Amino acid sequence: MSRARGRARGWFPALLVAALALALTFLTLPIVAIFVHSSPAELLDSLGDPSSRDALRLSLVTTTSAIVVIVLVGTPAAYLLETRRFRGRALVVTLVELPLVLPPAVAGIGLLAALGPNGLLGGTLEDAGIQLVLQTAGVVVALIFVAAPFHLRAAQAAFAAVDPRWSEASRTLGAGEARTFARVMVPAALPGLAAGLALAWGRALGEFGATLMFAGSFRGVTQTAPLAIYAEFATDFDGALALSAVLVAVSGALLLSTKLLARDALARA
Amino acid sequence: MLSLALETRVGDAVELVLSLDVADGACLALAGPSGAGKTSILRAVAGLLRPRRGSIACGDEVWFNAERGVDVPPEQRRCGYVFQDYALFGHLSVWRNVAYGLDGVPRAQRRAEALALLERFGIGTLADARPAKLSGGERQRVALARALAARPRVLLLDEPLAALDARSAAAAGRELAEVLRELNVPALLVTHDFEEAALLGDEVAVLDAGRIVQRGSAAQLAAAPASGFVADLTGAVVLRGHARRDAEGLTRVALEGGGEVVALAPALGEVAVAVHPWEIALEPAGSAAAGSARNRLAVEVTSVTAIGNRVRIGLAAPQPLAAELTQASVARLRLVPGARAVASWKAAATRVLPR
Repeated sequence: MSRARGRARGWFPALLVAALALALTFLTLPIVAIFVHSSPAELLDSLGDPSSRDALRLSLVTTTSAIVVIVLVGTPAAYLLETRRFRGRALVVTLVELPLVLPPAVAGIGLLAALGPNGLLGGTLEDAGIQLVLQTAGVVVALIFVAAPFHLRAAQAAFAAVDPRWSEASRTLGAGEARTFARVMVPAALPGLAAGLALAWGRALGEFGATLMFAGSFRGVTQTAPLAIYAEFATDFDGALALSAVLVAVSGALLLSTKLLARDALARA
Repeated sequence: MLSLALETRVGDAVELVLSLDVADGACLALAGPSGAGKTSILRAVAGLLRPRRGSIACGDEVWFNAERGVDVPPEQRRCGYVFQDYALFGHLSVWRNVAYGLDGVPRAQRRAEALALLERFGIGTLADARPAKLSGGERQRVALARALAARPRVLLLDEPLAALDARSAAAAGRELAEVLRELNVPALLVTHDFEEAALLGDEVAVLDAGRIVQRGSAAQLAAAPASGFVADLTGAVVLRGHARRDAEGLTRVALEGGGEVVALAPALGEVAVAVHPWEIALEPAGSAAAGSARNRLAVEVTSVTAIGNRVRIGLAAPQPLAAELTQASVARLRLVPGARAVASWKAAATRVLPR
C-alpha cells in the first residue's frame, strides 16, 4: 500500500480519458450540428413545409400502428417463451431475434419475396384483397418486422425477472392462467415491458432500408420522416435538418424513458 | 380429509414415495432435513407439481389420479399456500394482496373483508403499504391472511417461521398455532425444525430420504423414536456404536471412535444410542464415579450457547454430544470452550435404536 489511490497517475488513465473524450465528441457532434446549423425559429419554420408535415404524420401513424400490433402479439408470445420449457425453445427464441441482426436491405428483399405480388404469400394476399407493396400498410409491415424483436427480447427479460412464486401464488388463490397473466405477470413486468415498447418504437421511427425497398417512398403514402429526410437533403437542406431535429428529440425522449423505466424496475425489485 | 399417495422424483437424488392423510381441522407437520422433498409434497397437493404416480383427494373430490388421468388445475383446488418466502405480490398493496383471492365477494366489500382479516392479525394499519416496506413478521401475517381470505380447502405452510428472527418466530408461532386450532380444514406444514413441528402440528411425520419413517404426536416421537435419525431430529444426543449383551444382562455399546455406554434395553449389532441432553450431567474432569450414573465419558467443551434460561453445552467425546444445564451450573463448573469434563447419565436414560 505504498501508493495512495488518488495519486495513481500515469499514461494508461490518460489514455482512457482521451478515448472517452474522442468517443463522446464523435458521437455527439452530428447531433449538436443539427441544432446549431439553424436557429429554433428557422427549424419551426421549415416544419411548416407540407411535405415535412405529411412525413411526420405518416411516421406517427405507421409507428403507432406497428407498436400496437407488436405489443398485442409480442407480449403474450414472449410470455409463452419465458414461462414454458419445450423442445426447440432455444431455436424459436433465436428465430424471432433474427431480424435484429438482419441488414435492412435483406429485410426488404425478404419481405418482397414473402409478401410481394410474386412472393410466397402474394397470391393469398391478392385473393383476400390485401395490397401491401407501395402502400401505407406495407410500411407498417416493414416496421413490425424490424422492430418486433426488440419488444420480444425486452418482454422476455421482463417476465423472467418476475418471481415465479407470484404466478404460483396467484393460481392457488383461484386465478386461472389468463387472470394470472393480466393481474400479476403483466403489472409486475410493466416497467420492463414499457422499456421494450420504447425501444421498439425508437427502432421503428428510424426505419429506412426495409421500408424503402418494400413500400417505396411516396409522399403522404409511404414516405416516413427518415425517407423524407433522404428525399429532401439534396434540394432543401434546412427542411431535412428540421425533420432530423424532430426525430432526434423524439428518439432522445424514448431513450430517456427506457432508462427511467429500467431504473424504476430496479428500484422496485 | 386430505389423503394422498404419491411417487415422484425430487431433483436428481430423492425419490419421494409416501402416503398420508390429514383429517379436517388437524395439522400434520412434516419434519425432515432440507432436501428431503418436503416442499414437493406441498406443491403436489396444490397442483403446482405433477407427481409421476399416485392420487390426491380432498374430501370426496379427486384432485389427482395418475391412472385415470385426473389433474385438477391449482385454481380449482384452492389450497391456501403460505410460501417459504411468502411470495407477496410486490406491485399490490397489502390489502389488495389479501383481497386477491376474494373473487366470489362483491367488489365493494373486498376491502372491508381484507381489512377485517388484517385487523385480526394486528396489522390493519398496514393495509395500504407495499410488501417491500414490511418486516419479516408482518409479511408472514399478510401471507397467512391472504391464504385464509380465499377460504382454502386445505392449508399448506412451507417453513412458515424459517424466514423470521428468533423473537418474531416465537410470536408468529403462537399466533399461527391459534389460527390452526380454529381452522376446520386439513393443514399440512413442512419444517426442518422439530420444535416448530411440535408447536404447530397435532401430529408429526418424520421424512427421511423421501419416505415417512415415523408418524405420531411430538411427545411420542421424542419419547420413542423409531430410529437414530428420528431421535437426532427431536434434538436428542445420538451416538453410534456396536451393541452386545454382557454378563449382567445389560446392553453394552462400544462407541465408534472410542468409549462405551450401558443401556437396559436389549440390542445387538450396529445401533444408535439416544439420550436427551437434559439427562446428561457434567462433572469436573478427573472426578471419580460417585453417583448411580453408569455411563461416564471424558469430554471436551466445544460450544456454550444460552437458550432462554438454560445453556446448551456442545461436547466432543469423540462423537459429538450435548448437555443442557442451568446458568449457575455452567458458572460453577467454569465451562468454556476447550474445558475438559466428564459427562454422565444413567443406563435407564439411554435408549438404543436401530440405525
